[in-house]
Amino acid sequence: MKPAPFCYTLANSIEEVVTILDESGGDAIIIAGGQTLMPMMALRMARPEIVVDINSIKELAGIISSDDEVTIKACTRQTTALESSIVVDRLPLLAKAIAFVGHQQIRNRGTVGGSLSLADPASEIPLAALTMDAYVTLRSVNGSRTVSITDFFVGPMMTVCESNELMVSVHFPTGPAGERVGTSFHEVSERHGDFAIVAVAAQICLDGDGVCTRAAVAIGGAHDHPLRASSLEAKLVSKKISSDVIQSGLTEILKLLEPYDDQHASASYRRETASILAERAITEALANAQEATQ
Amino acid sequence: MSKLDIIVTVNGKTVLGSVEPRMSLLDFLRSEIGLTGTHMGCEHGVCGACSILFDEVPVRSCLMLAVQANNHALTTVEGLCNEDGSTGELQDAFRDAHAMQCGYCTPGMLISAHALLETNPDPSLEDIKEAIGGNLCRCTGYVQIIEAIQLASTRRSGANQS
Repeated sequence: MKPAPFCYTLANSIEEVVTILDESGGDAIIIAGGQTLMPMMALRMARPEIVVDINSIKELAGIISSDDEVTIKACTRQTTALESSIVVDRLPLLAKAIAFVGHQQIRNRGTVGGSLSLADPASEIPLAALTMDAYVTLRSVNGSRTVSITDFFVGPMMTVCESNELMVSVHFPTGPAGERVGTSFHEVSERHGDFAIVAVAAQICLDGDGVCTRAAVAIGGAHDHPLRASSLEAKLVSKKISSDVIQSGLTEILKLLEPYDDQHASASYRRETASILAERAITEALANAQEATQ
Repeated sequence: MSKLDIIVTVNGKTVLGSVEPRMSLLDFLRSEIGLTGTHMGCEHGVCGACSILFDEVPVRSCLMLAVQANNHALTTVEGLCNEDGSTGELQDAFRDAHAMQCGYCTPGMLISAHALLETNPDPSLEDIKEAIGGNLCRCTGYVQIIEAIQLASTRRSGANQS
């Protein structure tokens, strides 16, 4: 249970990190919170030649609020995000999701960008980001690019981030002012703090008449990557959502998912649980939106 | 691999070390500076037995590298004792409430409980459960641990009032 030997570099700037990544040709790995990388190295599932520590880079931590979005720098601790009044007020779904991430000892080190970069199909922050139409900024020696979260995850623990790229920030659009927004996050896990067996995030926006203007529902743990239930969302938008409307949408979930069997749960359990959690999450997000003042 | 020099403040004292990059902070505490109060359980971040305070917040020392502690301040379970080496008030509460059987999880439980009471002197039952949620105990069923934390909280508030 000890990592294989490696060289360690404490980086002082983003430029230094991307230069090392570029020159190492894939042999370097970034350590942020290390809450997954450390066990992966201890189990020798990861054997990097070089570990680049980004924890001292000040420009990689912090939360910035602007008119139409909130930017969270990649190396911002999960605890910092959870306790941020900006996140609680403007990204309530993210706050609800982070409360399910591990335990305080994990969240005190784990980072928002680290969780996204890891892309575990059952983890909570990717699911919230997908529901909120977030996008990430990746940096390499060749410059910056932005990638929508929808395009970012390509499979279990796989993203489009190249080995010479560093995630520097994640951006959450906050929608027009005055919109009534409701959010909900539900998850089933073996113990509180464990990875989800299945998790569902929902965000519902209503106009003044209570008609759904936007609906976002995403499912984690029941597919090889977090999945937006677009066909379900289509059944909710432009309607006054009733329990019948929700039920008609839930049938779409069963068509979308290709769940997997593992030691925690069978595929059929995941499929059924996804539907139940989606019903709860949509119902709760709707009630949450109805309570919201315009 | 060449070793790296580090300077760490552990329980208020400055400690110098020379460590391989791959050495965990847990191994540094136990093997390099002899503070064996912090326990090694699962070594991959599940059990919480190795919890310490890193810059005053609880973390798992098995999930950090020793080199990452350079120029930072740590508190281990030894740091919860009184200056004369006798057990501190939280440790006394654990003893009085029979909050341990084998004792393996106890250092991590004490660290989590200490961090809770520092920020929330009068925690609810739910607050306590959340705070020790990352620490596994295979003996007690947790009830006595919760009672010990409640006892420490009550004693502290009593001491503050008198």
